Amino acid sequence: MKKQTEAIISVALIAALLAVLFILERTIPSTSMLFTVLKKGAIYALVAVSMNLLNGFTGLFSLGQAGFMLVGAYTYGVLTIPVDQRPNVYMYYDGGMIQFALHPIAAIIIAGIIAGIFAYLIGLPVLRLKSDYLAIATLGFAEIIRAVFQWDKLGPLTNGSNLLRNYPSYKSVLFYFIAAGVCIALIVMLINSTYGRAFKAIRDDEVAAEAMGINLAHHKRIAFVVSSFFAGISGALLAMYQTSIQASMFKSAMTYEILLIVVIGGIGSITGSCISSFLFIILSEWLLRFLDSELVIGGFKVPLLRSGFRKVVFSIIIMIIVLFFRQGIMGTKEFSVRRIFNRITGRSRKSSEGRNGR
Amino acid sequence: MSNLLEVRDLTVSYGGIQAVRGISFDVPEGQVVTLIGANGAGKSSTLRSIVGLVKPSGGSIQFQRNELKGSMTENIVKKGITLVPEGRRVFVNLTVQENLRLGAYMRSDDLTEDLNWVYDLFPRLKERSWQAAGTLSGGEQQMLAIARALMSRPKLIMMDEPSLGLAPIIVQGVFDIIREINRQGVTILLVEQNANMALKAADLGYVMETGRITMQGKGSELAENEEIKAAYLGKARK
Repeated sequence: MKKQTEAIISVALIAALLAVLFILERTIPSTSMLFTVLKKGAIYALVAVSMNLLNGFTGLFSLGQAGFMLVGAYTYGVLTIPVDQRPNVYMYYDGGMIQFALHPIAAIIIAGIIAGIFAYLIGLPVLRLKSDYLAIATLGFAEIIRAVFQWDKLGPLTNGSNLLRNYPSYKSVLFYFIAAGVCIALIVMLINSTYGRAFKAIRDDEVAAEAMGINLAHHKRIAFVVSSFFAGISGALLAMYQTSIQASMFKSAMTYEILLIVVIGGIGSITGSCISSFLFIILSEWLLRFLDSELVIGGFKVPLLRSGFRKVVFSIIIMIIVLFFRQGIMGTKEFSVRRIFNRITGRSRKSSEGRNGR
Repeated sequence: MSNLLEVRDLTVSYGGIQAVRGISFDVPEGQVVTLIGANGAGKSSTLRSIVGLVKPSGGSIQFQRNELKGSMTENIVKKGITLVPEGRRVFVNLTVQENLRLGAYMRSDDLTEDLNWVYDLFPRLKERSWQAAGTLSGGEQQMLAIARALMSRPKLIMMDEPSLGLAPIIVQGVFDIIREINRQGVTILLVEQNANMALKAADLGYVMETGRITMQGKGSELAENEEIKAAYLGKARK
């Protein structure tokens, strides 16, 4: 199969997906659980891919994702609350210190940039650390930032521990898909560039990468800042989706959820992260909800089903994955049109790859 | 013949321990030079300090009359020195071709010609260009490590124990390649414990012991030296 036809098919598939979403929005009531799940799935797919860029492709085990999402979500909220709503929202802080409102799209991009700046500053000391120590340091950062944003003295800016609300948000599921899709496409382009190859080299062998002339500190910083930039954007999208935010939402449990998505999808696979994020959100928010409510069939009360049982089932699933499916859904492979095409026509992978080059 | 690399009074310390205690040696352009010595003699530290992976504590390293001491590794690679690290260290999850492209990371020009050049030198790598480097055999990985280093078009290629852990027949192949690369005009600085092979291949040899150079001379002469034979080539002392 030619590269060109492959690209055309990919574009056609994306267009078809968007068309289906468009039609669904016109036919199914907007309160349907389906849209909730799709929106949240798209947001989590973006943040999972951004985490995969660090953990899967650069080999930096970071657990600061929730912290950067918090920075992004707050930046978005603070910058977009309409001026006439501010006295209402910042009722304990005399309407807050910012008295302007930006366009949502501009605010989303600034949210990413602010998260990136935070990452740059934190990266200066923290990126000298390796593996577990880096994970602990970034986790610590996320916890500290959550406390700082709830600090009363910062109230005029962050509204302290009170909710940020009444900011504008897009309701259409299409918006979330396009925003997340564009960001993921940018990350994929970065991974396929020479920078991406250097990231993978650092992951495989730092000493050899350095001997090739790859500046370790510089490249690690780029990966960290870019990953945090997109985590910030996903934070802004999450703020939009939830219509109100509070710093206490962004607990480390959120980072673990994202890490779980990355591991289930396959560390080092972009499409794996996307697939597993939808799978995870659909299961946890929708299909497995029944585990949390009591169920009585013909006078017989099904045992174990009660509030919180969902978490137990999830824990068991995690253990099964870690023990038996360490590669996750996709391993390090990617889901692609050519792969499926070859599967269908029964052609061997090697022959077609050899001819197409890359 | 001019010296491509001149090292003078180089010292390298790790904390309080001096690994290299003031060594001086020359690498003439177009030749194969070898540093031999036992474990812990400071051979690898010398190479690592030349390419900037460890910072020397004293002395000077001049490459084409430019001081290298204190430069970043990326700039040293740009100037034309590459290191084939000890233990091969290929990027196991990347394909052979990606490994080769990473070798040329500091270059921004077209690589097609160089890829063809190293594939001519190592036909086995061409057959396996789409395979992950981790699936190659030890000998093939060593070839890949050398090929990867060549992709930066170095003037000086430094190899740290290229025969480590390889079967004798493969070692022979590695040294054949070293000669071939040298014949094509690349200067080679070779660190080896396999003194016999290294001295046979080298124009110039230096013997290192506990951080100092204790003997130097033409490779063929050192290979005949009784003391070296006794110490490194397995001949019993009288």
